[in-house]
Amino acid sequence: MGIRMNGSQLLCESLVREGVVEIFGLPGGAILPLYQTLPEYPQLRHILTRHEQGAAHAADGYARVTGKVGVCWATSGPGATNLITGIATAQMDSVPIVAVVGQVARASIGTDAFQETDTTGITLPITKHNTLVMDPAEIPQVVKEAFHIAGTGRPGPVVIDVPKDVQTEEVELPYDSFDEFYNALEIDLPGYKPNLKGHNSQIRKAVKLIDEAEQPVILAGHGIIFSGAYDELRELAEKAQIPVITTLLGISSFPDDHILCVGMPGMHGMAYASIAIEEADLLIALGMRFDDRITGKPSAFARKSKKIHIDIDPSEIGKNIEVDVPIVGDLKRVLTKLNPQVKETTHTDWLQRIEELKAEHPSHVIRDANQLLPQLIVKELSEVTGGDAVVVTGVGQHQMWAAQHFTYKYPCTFITSGGSGAMGYEVPGAMGVQVGVPDKAVWSVAGDGGFQMTMCELATIVENRLPVKFAIINNNVLGMVHQWQEFFYDKSYVATAYTANPDFVKLADAFGIKAMRVTDKVQVRGAIEEAMAHDGPVVIDFVVEEEERVYPMIKAGGTIEDLVEEPDFAPWEVAR
Amino acid sequence: MTTNGSTVQNHTITALVRDKPGVLNRVSSMFRRRGFNIVSLAVGHSEEPDLSRMTFVVEGDKRTIEQVNKHLHKLIDVIRVSEVSSDNVVSRELALIKIRATSETRSEIIQIVEIFNAKIAGVSPDHLIVEVTGDQDKIESLLGLVKRFGVMEVMRTGTIVMERWLGHLHDQQSGAKRRNWGEAASV
Repeated sequence: MGIRMNGSQLLCESLVREGVVEIFGLPGGAILPLYQTLPEYPQLRHILTRHEQGAAHAADGYARVTGKVGVCWATSGPGATNLITGIATAQMDSVPIVAVVGQVARASIGTDAFQETDTTGITLPITKHNTLVMDPAEIPQVVKEAFHIAGTGRPGPVVIDVPKDVQTEEVELPYDSFDEFYNALEIDLPGYKPNLKGHNSQIRKAVKLIDEAEQPVILAGHGIIFSGAYDELRELAEKAQIPVITTLLGISSFPDDHILCVGMPGMHGMAYASIAIEEADLLIALGMRFDDRITGKPSAFARKSKKIHIDIDPSEIGKNIEVDVPIVGDLKRVLTKLNPQVKETTHTDWLQRIEELKAEHPSHVIRDANQLLPQLIVKELSEVTGGDAVVVTGVGQHQMWAAQHFTYKYPCTFITSGGSGAMGYEVPGAMGVQVGVPDKAVWSVAGDGGFQMTMCELATIVENRLPVKFAIINNNVLGMVHQWQEFFYDKSYVATAYTANPDFVKLADAFGIKAMRVTDKVQVRGAIEEAMAHDGPVVIDFVVEEEERVYPMIKAGGTIEDLVEEPDFAPWEVAR
Repeated sequence: MTTNGSTVQNHTITALVRDKPGVLNRVSSMFRRRGFNIVSLAVGHSEEPDLSRMTFVVEGDKRTIEQVNKHLHKLIDVIRVSEVSSDNVVSRELALIKIRATSETRSEIIQIVEIFNAKIAGVSPDHLIVEVTGDQDKIESLLGLVKRFGVMEVMRTGTIVMERWLGHLHDQQSGAKRRNWGEAASV
């Protein structure tokens, strides 16, 4: 009667019960007992990253593409602090990850011991929840609740901090098997009860506004993807003929090739999408949070419209923009109740107006140029893959071009660091995505800046035989910062030129990765096809025009009046 | 003072929280991070084991207070949040005030203390320690009256409140503008 286990075994057993298969991590002193237990659990596959930031981003990418909770491990002190960028990224974009972090032994906590860091203190404002486990017997309960908190409601990261001697201490459980014990554990979180249903009378109010609207638009965000409400969104849009605008993280929640799709609005969004928001008489915001990159100046945003806001997180309602009808709930469930009550209608005039806007403001059209334009690379990538690929990006100009010029036809095929805007996401993020969907084509559209922040993970990619394809949009400059310097700092280009970029082809070669360099637009398609035909990872160094800018552009905190659609000069003739 | 056209004033919010290490840190960190302004904060055990009750006096307009409520509720260890109006609650704060006192002023100070139903908690040759309980207004008025004698030190507990009726059971009858952020009970 009774089973004896140490803290590490309890943790691994619990992870197995939560359905964990892949763990991204890097060992160190304070988490060694846990690592030394891994061989007892062959069902847990550990992927050894080269940096803990890579582990956190990979767990994040894995979680986004699979919908499961991603897991990463790190040691105390620098291991924990290296996770921070990845944890903050997951928090800003509501991604469910559980980070298990080693801590110095209980008696040493608070003594500034070797590699001691106050991990729960540091991660408190960037996690959905975190826990320092001081008693090994509590580990299963903590793990069970961590996965529940991370994966339900508005998802988010949870950190479990485990002192080294808690990992080694043995405890006796009064059960015959761990299964029996784990199944008997009950989640005890009286302060955590996500409201999923949506209030019926609020839904009726929303239906009334939708039925009365003449110029409605849907703003679809990340929430559609988390909720898996693709069909429900499409049903609503088609039934009432409402154009759908997708936020950066809402891209691929609605097919880009659908007649009702209007694309991304905001700072670098399609001009017609931003204008449509301004002209609309009703905004139906679904699982999005009125980020400043969309609203610009909040007091001047979409003043003509009434607003319905459906979100699972009540604190998002009224945070940035006042709304008329808030509904708190899970989108799939709320839309399932709302859709049947909405009247079928056509909105012919309004849809015609949207077509006019698209014709008058063709933001998606790439101009003719002899140079190798980065936009063209994205477009070719879209055409060659037929949209049947997961695109992962870093942050900056290439991210915006990837958002603008790829035709996303299938759910959850665009993965990017939105809220946090973490450069360097493109390498480990793509790695985690490929681990999550091993049979899908994964394209990392990378910046030369971000790529260099995390390129150590190329070794992890080779080691684990992950066929990630990298399209480095190499302009030898921190492009978006460069663009801001041009617009807002009188072309004073301080610290943005990368004058000593490595030879990315040789670099990839050093990692044992197939690589190509493309400098002319006629080579683009062939290179992409060649990469697709190769069954391992590939790096393509696309050497592009340095002075290319992202348009349209609405300055930070601006309004629709600040919309700049095209350059008023040939950029590369001026700047040199 | 106004922002966004609505008035900035003090609001009282109570929260029932789990009595676990770090909970106060989570709460205060949230206030700091989101730039909410705490006027006073009092924490103590509640009627239930393992649960504590916090009373916040927060300065802000209506929209800010709504966000404070929602973000408090978003914390996993916070179980219930309510905003209470001053109409139908008992609101108390305890203050200890060290007042400079000479043989000439001592009796006048004691008279004032008596009017306020306060107590002399300590006496020494050059000062008195006065213990006073009441709502914030009462303590402010006492402080105003004794200021001229020389206030050497003030220690205040922060306001705690309790509704006259059994809160959620008698919401309708009590007439207190108690707002239950039921929908906020999630993340």
